[in-house]
Amino acid sequence: MIKHHTNRAFDNELRLLRDRLLLLAGRVEKMAALSIKALSEHDTALAHATMDYYKTIDGSDLLIDRLSIELLARRQPCGQDLRFIVSVIKMVVCFERLGDLANKICKRVIDLKRINSNYDSGDLASMALHVQAMVKEVLDAFVYKDCHRASSVITQDVALDEIYRIITRNFINEMSQRKEDAENYYHLLSIAKWLERMGDHCTNLAEIILYMINGDDVRTKHDNGHLQQ
Amino acid sequence: MKAITDQDYLSETKGKSERALLDSAFIARDERRAQLIERAFGFLCLIATFLPLCILAFLIGDTVISGLQRINLAFILGFPSRFAASAGIFPALVGTFYLMTLTMTIALPLGVASAIYLEEYAKDSWFKRLIELNVTNLAGVPSIIFGLLGLELFVRILGLGQSLMAGALTLSLLILPVVITATREALKSVPNNLREAGLALGGSKVSVILRVVLPLSMSQITTGAILAIARAIGESAPLIVIGAATYLAFIPTDLLSEFSALPLQIFQWVERPQADFVDNASGAIVVLLLVLAIFNATAAWLRHRQEKNRGSL
Amino acid sequence: MKQHATSTMITNNLSVRYGNHLAVDNVSLTIKSGQVTAIIGPSGCGKSTFIRSLNRMHDFIDDVKVEGAILLDGVDIYAPGVDAVSIRRRVGMVFQKPNPFPHMSILQNVLSGFSFTRKKAIKRKEEIAEKALKSAALFDEVKDRLHAPSGALSGGQQQRLCIARALAMEPEVLLLDEPCSALDPISTARIEDLINVLRTNYAIVIVTHNMQQAARVSQVTAYFLSGKLIEIDETKKLFTNPSDQRTEDYITGKFG
Repeated sequence: MIKHHTNRAFDNELRLLRDRLLLLAGRVEKMAALSIKALSEHDTALAHATMDYYKTIDGSDLLIDRLSIELLARRQPCGQDLRFIVSVIKMVVCFERLGDLANKICKRVIDLKRINSNYDSGDLASMALHVQAMVKEVLDAFVYKDCHRASSVITQDVALDEIYRIITRNFINEMSQRKEDAENYYHLLSIAKWLERMGDHCTNLAEIILYMINGDDVRTKHDNGHLQQ
Repeated sequence: MKAITDQDYLSETKGKSERALLDSAFIARDERRAQLIERAFGFLCLIATFLPLCILAFLIGDTVISGLQRINLAFILGFPSRFAASAGIFPALVGTFYLMTLTMTIALPLGVASAIYLEEYAKDSWFKRLIELNVTNLAGVPSIIFGLLGLELFVRILGLGQSLMAGALTLSLLILPVVITATREALKSVPNNLREAGLALGGSKVSVILRVVLPLSMSQITTGAILAIARAIGESAPLIVIGAATYLAFIPTDLLSEFSALPLQIFQWVERPQADFVDNASGAIVVLLLVLAIFNATAAWLRHRQEKNRGSL
Repeated sequence: MKQHATSTMITNNLSVRYGNHLAVDNVSLTIKSGQVTAIIGPSGCGKSTFIRSLNRMHDFIDDVKVEGAILLDGVDIYAPGVDAVSIRRRVGMVFQKPNPFPHMSILQNVLSGFSFTRKKAIKRKEEIAEKALKSAALFDEVKDRLHAPSGALSGGQQQRLCIARALAMEPEVLLLDEPCSALDPISTARIEDLINVLRTNYAIVIVTHNMQQAARVSQVTAYFLSGKLIEIDETKKLFTNPSDQRTEDYITGKFG
């Protein structure tokens, strides 16, 4: 049984914050899907359309930040409410970055077309689909307050890192053999890097969601030395 | 639809302002009526206050005027006599004074102690309620009953005779309920959180009562005591019943000696057939009223001072 | 102030009954020196009854039964033969409505605890009073008018005077029963700051219906509901991630 706050205005404000975040999340998920489709199908028209779409959704994070801070000041929230609002503030950053990365990928797709690349995006496409699945999974974890889904995203990122290493090594090998296609491989390597980053942000989202649900801070230092945010 | 002309506009606003004027006229009429009722009520209250005072002044005015004329040093220091002109009230005055002092010495400690017991110690029980009921009832018992009790108990059984002691004991019983009630009110007026503060500091119940409750209620207790004594001063019936002297040619010397008192002297002089004694009675009445006035004024002054100091409570 | 070895109060299965009504139901918790323990909960949850049993204030009320034990440094304060008066010297209390004695001056108020004893005149009166007033952060404001009546002080100053009065007895434990409820925000802030300074030397228990005050001022918080102790934990944990759903509901404002 869901208990409501005795102060109904507070209840409504929290729901509004959650709705706004979900709206942003949905848009970012759509961006990720579109950019990955553009990559797989070499579709520059779609890439352009996606970049236009990104322009319209850029800035919705500001509203969420403002509402969050207002709630902190006015309501002095505790317990789950506090963790929720703080998590929202952090998640907004991750979503904003996800969107930005998807946008960058679209730009590279256009660049690849420009240099008439006939790249085989096979490996890249599967990596991209992996990332798309992670994005969907982490959003479901938030919507359903599901710890298992969140944990599974963190595990999937480990696999993603492995895929990234393999793809990168392959690209570098090919690049060293076909030096005239260097620019081609430069773009492909960038896309791979950004896909990997998207995976990292999904992990961050998962960690934040785990904290929000059960108050455990699962953030860890990663092998590459710096604290993953 | 025809255009709205200036004419229509004017008549509309005129109508509006006329209506407004009428409305305000109605309101003004209601207001005036309300004011009239207010003033009439205030006036009636004033009359109700002053009417008894006027009647009182009328009744005693005569007495006071003739009484004031009679009062001089010889009257105050003189002894009773068969001759009206040379009669004085000295023994009665001294008797009243001794009587009041003795009564206060007996009634005050007893009354305050009882009130402290009832207010601070007694648990709520049928026994406590029985005591409280009795105290309230005793306050309304006619004073002559106390006189009869005093006669039997103090004069006869305890063998004190028709003495100052018997008189004082009788009057003490009379004013005891008043002292108890007034003291209880005074104790009740001390906020409970002050008692709690004392207890929390490690005070025993006794020390909290002595150092916090009593000091704070003392002026109210004193006021109550003074008013009780003022009542006792004017009592004649109980003293008559126990046989206090109405014609005493000497000052009482000790607790067991016979005594007189002002109300008794007045009573005695009023009974005399000679007209001159009426003047004496008037004089004694004036003295008695003066004494009462002093007591009441002191009580009022104390209460005023206490209220000023209590601002912080 | 005299430094005490750290004092601890422990309640063992404490239950307090008013007639038939069980106001405190089997509460066991520990109150340590050097920290502030806050007790929160809705009206009627038993928090006031609980704190008043710590200095045996229920002794003065008829028809109250106290079961279980309260140990002050290992000794049960309700054991037969224990002098309740000496317990109240060691466990001081400050009440919700500031209650300095109006017939006494500021100085007399501070020293009033001594006037209730049968001890002879205490030595170094002024020193003790000055120390107590300084500990209560009131000395500078009243040092020029120590003989003025206590009623001349503002509400916040009166409450600090009550704190000084309690501190003058050099207690080991300080019980604060909603000390800021009757005060304005500035006085409240001053007293909260004072509490933070005092906690180094005393075991402090504060009952408050203001959750945010409990969160600001305490290191340990206990949540009471219907006489029972639902949860007791570090304040920072209880207010960010409590273990019991009932605590979570209370602190997030889901009162049902």
